Amino acid sequence: MKGKAMINIISPKNLVYSRPKAFTDTPTHYCPGCTHGTAHRLIAEVLDEMNIADKTIGVAPVGCAVFAYNYIDTDFVEAAHGRAPAMATGIKRLLPDRVVFAYQGDGDLASIGMAETVHAAARGENITVIFINNTNYGMTGGQMAPTTLPGQKTTTSPNGRDVELQGYPIRVAEMLATLEGVGYVVRRSLHDPKNIRLAKKAIRTAFEVQVRGLGFSMVELLSTCSTNWGLTPVESLKWLEEHMLPYYPLGDYKIAPSVAAVKI
Amino acid sequence: MTRELWKGNEAIAEAAIRAGLEGYFGYPITPQTETLEWMSRRMPELGRIFLQAESEPAAINMVYGAACTGARVMTSSSSPGISLMMEGLSYIAGTEVPVVLVDVMRGGPGLGNIAPSQGDYNQICHGGGHGDYHPIVLAPASVQEAVDLVPLAFDLAEKYLNIACVLLDGSIGQMMEPVELPEMRPVVRKEYAWATTGAKDRSRHVLTSIYLEVGLEEEVNLRLLKRWEAIKANEVRFKEYYLDDAEIAVIGFGTAGRVALSAVRAARAQGIKVGLFRPISVSPYPYQQVAALAERVKSLLVVEMNTGQMLEDVRLAVSRRIPIEFYGRLGGVVPFPDEILGEIQRIAKQPPSLEGHPAQRWLERMTAPQR
Repeated sequence: MKGKAMINIISPKNLVYSRPKAFTDTPTHYCPGCTHGTAHRLIAEVLDEMNIADKTIGVAPVGCAVFAYNYIDTDFVEAAHGRAPAMATGIKRLLPDRVVFAYQGDGDLASIGMAETVHAAARGENITVIFINNTNYGMTGGQMAPTTLPGQKTTTSPNGRDVELQGYPIRVAEMLATLEGVGYVVRRSLHDPKNIRLAKKAIRTAFEVQVRGLGFSMVELLSTCSTNWGLTPVESLKWLEEHMLPYYPLGDYKIAPSVAAVKI
Repeated sequence: MTRELWKGNEAIAEAAIRAGLEGYFGYPITPQTETLEWMSRRMPELGRIFLQAESEPAAINMVYGAACTGARVMTSSSSPGISLMMEGLSYIAGTEVPVVLVDVMRGGPGLGNIAPSQGDYNQICHGGGHGDYHPIVLAPASVQEAVDLVPLAFDLAEKYLNIACVLLDGSIGQMMEPVELPEMRPVVRKEYAWATTGAKDRSRHVLTSIYLEVGLEEEVNLRLLKRWEAIKANEVRFKEYYLDDAEIAVIGFGTAGRVALSAVRAARAQGIKVGLFRPISVSPYPYQQVAALAERVKSLLVVEMNTGQMLEDVRLAVSRRIPIEFYGRLGGVVPFPDEILGEIQRIAKQPPSLEGHPAQRWLERMTAPQR
């Protein structure tokens, strides 16, 4: 009631910010301080701007974003854990003129689904992957992920990740950049407004790459997980900046020549 | 149509193509690889989709995604590869999209070998993937029958939004036989009310197998079960041979059933009143027909290329009304007709016991010291 009343007092000429059309009017289930909602919204804004929501099929992961389809208002399928790139491949091959994107977390994409990720990228599969890296398994309660930082405490590395025993975190964007089939692979972050704007631009580029048939595109988004990190939302943003950025530098890891030539 | 000499695995692939297959995703594994190879040449030349996946889990999930578009799609594999696909199959069942699977069974467990076996019966017919679901499973006994069952598998999968599996063993996949292939059917992309094709001028479609609300998940399970009841009522298939006056009935599916037919003919030539009941749909299983058979004959002989997996379905149908004997060969061994004939002769001479378990008696005979 209160929300409606507030909307009514905004005259159309003063309206500078509203819910994207490709975003459903549903409160998300995400924790306070989580950046999934931001990432979802950026995708919805890009779908609106490109006017492609009605030809887009999303592939949801297993993880916190399992219900991404409750918020992003396109046709959607829900994949098995890690298999989103394979499912997206099946859809895209049968419907090459549609836009197909997978939305995946780090456990989904970089652990159980690494084979599907690498091979979809190697094939140059014309799909877009939005990769949420928050250094842990969020939905199951904060276990160690392939992206967990050295020394980082999780429920399955209670003394901190010991690289001698548990190995090193994987830099997915850098790794995929070595593959010929990749058109566009970048890493962005969601920890402040400037970076969120840059993240949106990258998401837009990734979808444009797909629409133009220029190969596999992925945007890795450094994200927060306040609940499992045991930090407040503000502390989480700071933690991301201080701890994740040094290990996961932001940047463009592969921009194929055909992509570089595209003006967006 | 003329009859042509075709290898089983290639004939299955061509039959699927002629049935309007739009997309095939697979991974090499002996003894089914020729299906993959045939698809790799034929599908692109017809402008259709072929993709060699990086693994069986990827292949089945590509098929899963492709099925969500409403296209006619399939994959094929052999036993170890089928094990890897079980996760995807459970998701496909839970999402209620039509998929055809071909399993060319080989010896197991584990890496086993590449020889013909029927060891996947339980995995395919009675589970495999997690959760409550039932695939339709059709078991051909010849290359021609395989060719005939592939288009039926597509029609059934799409009619019931169910997994339909063609279950054969390596010998049918590898042997060449004269077959009559069906006419080329045009590719028809059906307009399903659920397909995820982009929400243009319609409300959006979401295909999922997650229902956190337990009441909703129960509803899904009930819906699947109701559909299975309809499949059980309408889609039982089997073949009978020489059963009119039979006192002994042999029951076997696929290659075991085919070899048993030779044994039955040989026994008939010796005056033994024996016939063959060959289930074609091993899921839904012809329980009622086998139960009715038990009213007509005096004893049963179940023949399989496994340790007696279908035997348990026969026992379920027959209860303890008449004695059952079992004969199986394992690990990739195909029984000779003479071996089965020997079993028929033994049963004709001395009716078996109602007591005990047929597979236990068989095991004792199999492992008794040779004299």
